[in-house]
Amino acid sequence: MAPAAAFQDLILTLQRFWAEQGCIILQPYDMELGAGTFHPATALRALGPEPWRTAYVQPSRRPADGRYGENPNRLQHYYQFQVILKPSPDDIQDTYLTSLGAIGIDTTLHDVRFVEDDWESPTLGAWGLGWEVWCDGMEVSQFTYFQQVGGIDCEVVSGEITYGLERLAMFVQNIDNVFDLAWNAPREGQPRFTYGDVFLRAEREFSAYNFERADAATLFRHFADAEAECGRLIAARLALPAYDQCMKASHTFNLLDARGVISVTERAAYVGRVRALAKACCETWLSGRA
Amino acid sequence: MPELLLELLSEEMPASLQARVADELKGRITEALGNAKLSFSAARAYSTPRRLTLVVEGLPATQPDVREERKGPRVGGPESAVLGFCRASGIARDALEQRDTDRGCFYFAVKMRAGRPTAEVLGEIVPQSVAALSWPKSMRWGQGTLRWVRPLRRIVCLFAADMVPLSLDGLGGANATVGHRSAGATLLVVRDFADYEAKLRSAKVMLDPAERRAHIVAETERHAGAAGLRLRSDPALIDELVGLVEWPVVLMGRIEDHFLALPEEVLVAAMRSHQRYLALEHHDGRLAPRFLVAANLAAPDGGAAIIAGNERVLRARLADAAFFWEQDRKQPLADRVPRLAEIVFHAKLGTVAAKVDRIEALAGGIAAHVPGASRDRVRSAARLCKADLVTGMVGEFPELQGIMGRYYARHDGEHDEVATAIAEHYAPQGPNDRCPSAPVSVALALADKLDTLVGFFAIGEPPTGSRDPFALRRAALGLIRLVLENGIRLPLRERIREAWHLLAEHLHHGIQGDAPDPEQLAAQLLEFFADRLKVHLREKGLRHDLIGAVFALHDEDDIVRLMARVEALSDFLASEDGANLLTAFRRANNIVAIEERRDRVSYRGDALATGLFREPDEARLHAALATVGAAVTTALAAEDFAGAGRAFARLRPAVDAFFDHVTVNSEDAALRANRLRLLDLVRRQFALLGDFALIKG
Repeated sequence: MAPAAAFQDLILTLQRFWAEQGCIILQPYDMELGAGTFHPATALRALGPEPWRTAYVQPSRRPADGRYGENPNRLQHYYQFQVILKPSPDDIQDTYLTSLGAIGIDTTLHDVRFVEDDWESPTLGAWGLGWEVWCDGMEVSQFTYFQQVGGIDCEVVSGEITYGLERLAMFVQNIDNVFDLAWNAPREGQPRFTYGDVFLRAEREFSAYNFERADAATLFRHFADAEAECGRLIAARLALPAYDQCMKASHTFNLLDARGVISVTERAAYVGRVRALAKACCETWLSGRA
Repeated sequence: MPELLLELLSEEMPASLQARVADELKGRITEALGNAKLSFSAARAYSTPRRLTLVVEGLPATQPDVREERKGPRVGGPESAVLGFCRASGIARDALEQRDTDRGCFYFAVKMRAGRPTAEVLGEIVPQSVAALSWPKSMRWGQGTLRWVRPLRRIVCLFAADMVPLSLDGLGGANATVGHRSAGATLLVVRDFADYEAKLRSAKVMLDPAERRAHIVAETERHAGAAGLRLRSDPALIDELVGLVEWPVVLMGRIEDHFLALPEEVLVAAMRSHQRYLALEHHDGRLAPRFLVAANLAAPDGGAAIIAGNERVLRARLADAAFFWEQDRKQPLADRVPRLAEIVFHAKLGTVAAKVDRIEALAGGIAAHVPGASRDRVRSAARLCKADLVTGMVGEFPELQGIMGRYYARHDGEHDEVATAIAEHYAPQGPNDRCPSAPVSVALALADKLDTLVGFFAIGEPPTGSRDPFALRRAALGLIRLVLENGIRLPLRERIREAWHLLAEHLHHGIQGDAPDPEQLAAQLLEFFADRLKVHLREKGLRHDLIGAVFALHDEDDIVRLMARVEALSDFLASEDGANLLTAFRRANNIVAIEERRDRVSYRGDALATGLFREPDEARLHAALATVGAAVTTALAAEDFAGAGRAFARLRPAVDAFFDHVTVNSEDAALRANRLRLLDLVRRQFALLGDFALIKG
C-alpha cells in the first residue's frame, strides 16, 4: 500500500483523478449545505438533457450529528467529495474502483462491495437507486443513479459518487479517532496538523450552538424570510438566487431540528415546505435553460 | 441437442431479489419457448449479485414446420371469388385442393410454413423476456430507456455455441463474460454452459447460489469448530450473504472482551443488521467474542487486512453502543415517558404518549381477566412499555425496542414482572413467534394490540386485500394466540367499547362523524377476529368451517369459549350419533326449505299443534325435543360443551324413528303442515350447538 495519505492528499488525488476523467473541478458552494447533493452543480445540473461532469469537495453540515468533539466517529461538519457524471457512463463502477486504488486502497487486499441502498432526499424531492460502497465492512461511499430531482424525472440519468472523506482517510491511515487524522504530510521542519488541530474546537463550539444556543425564534424567522424570499425570486424567474434561499431554509430547518424545537408532526410539514421550494427552483431552472 | 446459454450481467442487484427474478426469467423464457413450439428437455436458472443465468437444454435447431389450411369458396362458384381467395392466400390457382365436406365440395389453400431457426426466435424472445422482468423498484441509467433494477451491462446469449443476434436498449448479444471484480476486465469467451461455469469458477465466481450457501455453511462450521464454538443459527442472514458475494470467503474476527459487558442483543444487533456478521456462541449458549464475515474476495494475505478492517468497524459501532448503554441508564425510564409526546403514533391516532395513556387504562381493566396479573404491575408496565423508544440505544438499533426497555427497567429497580412485560408486550409477532405466558405480559400485550386494532378500525383503516400497512392481521392473530394459549376469558365486546371510548376521549377532534359507532366497531372487529381465527385454524389443519357455524349463531365474543364450543362441536360431529344427526339436520332443513319455497308459506315450529299428531313417533319426537333441549341448555349454561353434545346425541333415536315411520308429505294438508312445523322445531334445536347449515363436508 502507498504511504498513508494525508487528509489533504486524498482530496488532491481525487481532484486530479476525476479531472482526468473529464470532470470540471469546482469549489465548495459558499453556503451551509447538508450534503454535496444540494450544491446547484448537482441538484440543478442533474435536470435536463445537457451532459455534465464535475467533481468538488463540499463541507457538509449535519447539526444533529454533533457530539462536542467527544465521539471518535461523529461530526456536525465534515467533508464530502462529490462526483457527478451525466450521462452515467457504462464503466462508472470500474472507474470508481480505480479511484480507490489511486487513494491507496488496494482492491486485491480489501473487500469492496456494492450493497443495495435506495437513496431519497425528502427535502429535495429527489430519489435514486444505487449502493452504499463498503470497504471491509465500512461504508466509504454512496453511489446513486438519480431518477428524480425536485419531483421531476431526470431526462438523462446522472451517476453520483459521494466519498466520505474522513471515513476514507481513517481507513487509509488506519486511525480509530477522526481527530487524530493527519491533515498534512509535512516535510522535515514544517508544522504538522491533525484533523483535531483544525476542527476540534469548531466541533465543540458548534455542538454547543446547535444544541444549546441557537435561538429558536430567530431561526424560525430566518426560515420564514428565506421561504418568502425564495417565492419572490421564483416569481422573478431567478432560479439560482431562489435556490440559494431554498438551501438557506433547508439548513435553518436542520438547525431547528437539532435544537429539538420541531415536533414530529411539524417536522413533516417543514420538510414539505422545503420540498415545495426545491421543486419550484428546479422547475424555474429547467424552464429558463438557454 | 443444442443448448441455450443466457447470462444477464448487471451491476450489483439487491440480494433479496436475485433468486426470485432468476426463476421469473426461467418462467418467462420457457413459456415463450412453449408458445413458439420449441420443446426442450431441461431448464435451470442461477444467480449471483451480478448475474442472472439461464441454461435450456435439448432445444431443436429449428421450429417444427407448420401446415396451414384455409377454407375457400365452394367448388363451382364464381371464378372471381376463387381467384380472390388465391390472391388473399398467396397461392396459385392450380395449387388449390378440392375437398368434400358435409356442406358440399370446397376449395382449400394448403401451405406448409417452414419453422424458423431457433436462434432467430431466441433473438426475439430473449430481449422481450429480459425487459419484462418485474422488479419492485426499477431505474433508468445513462441515456437509455430500459427500466431495470440496476444497469444491465451485458447479455451473453449463445445457442448451440453460436452467438444469438439480439438487441436491447443498445446492448447486443455477446459470447463473452467477465469474472469476479477482482479478476479484472479480461473477457472470458464461452462455448456452452459447462465451459461458462468452469471459466467463471477459474475467474472466482461460484455461479450456483446453492453451492455458495453450502460453502458458507461449511466454512462457518469449520471456523466455529476450530475455535471450540458454534454458530448462532441465522438462516435468513446466510440467505442474504449468498446474494452478496460471488466468491464467498468466510473469515473470523474478534470482539474486544470488554464489549461483552453489553447486552447480548446489542452485540448481535450491531453485528447482524448493520454489518451482516454471523454471531458465534459457546456450547453453553453464551455469546462468544468472535464473529464471522463472508467476504467476497480471496485476498493474498489470507484476509488479514479484511479482518482488521471489519474489526475496526465493529469496534466503532460497539463503542457507540457502549456510550448509549452508559448514557441511557443515567435517566430512569419513568422520566422519559413525557418525551413520548414528541413521537406521533399515527396522525389520526395521536402521539405515542396518548397511546400509552390508553394502554394503561385498558390494561388495568384487562388485568381483572388475567389470573395472577397484578393490576398495579400491569399499569406500571403499561406506563413504561414504550419509554425505551426515546433512548439512544433504540434510536440506533430500532429492532431492540422492548428488549432495551427490559434492561433499563431492571436497572431502575422495577419489578421483574414489569420488566419482562415491557420486553414481551410486542409478542407474539406472528404464528411462529413465542407467545408470552407471564400474566402481566399477557395483559399488557393484549391491551397494546387491542388499542391498535380499535384505533385503526375506528379511523377507517382496516386491512384491505393484500394491503395491511399497520400489520393489523398480525395484531389480531397475536391477540387470538394470547387469549387461546393462556385460556384468558376476555369478553371482547365490552373491552372494544372501552378502547373506543378511551380513544374518543383522547382525540382532540373526536372520532370523525362517518366512523363506526362502538357497536358497529365491535361487530366489525369480532368478525375480523373470527376470520383470523379461521385462518389460524386452517393453517393448523383444523376445521375452520365450524368457527363460522358457532360464531354465526351465538355472536360469541369470548374466543376461549368460542373455541370450546367449536371443539365440542367437532367431537360431536366426529361421533356416529353426530354424523347421523348432521344428516338428519340436512334432511329436515332441506324438506322444510323446499316445501316453504313451493308453498310460499313459512312453517314455523311455534305454530305446532300437538292435537294433530297421528303417529306415535310424532309425539315421541316432540317430547324428546323438549327433554333434550332442557338437558342441552343446562349443560351449556355450565359451559359443559362436551356434555351438551352428549345430551344432544340422545335426540337421535326419536329423529331416526320419525324419519323411518312418518310420511311428512301426507295427503292431509293439515297433518302435512304440522309435520313440517315439527321438522322446523328439529332444525331449530340444532342452533343450540351452531349454525349447521354452515358446516361443510
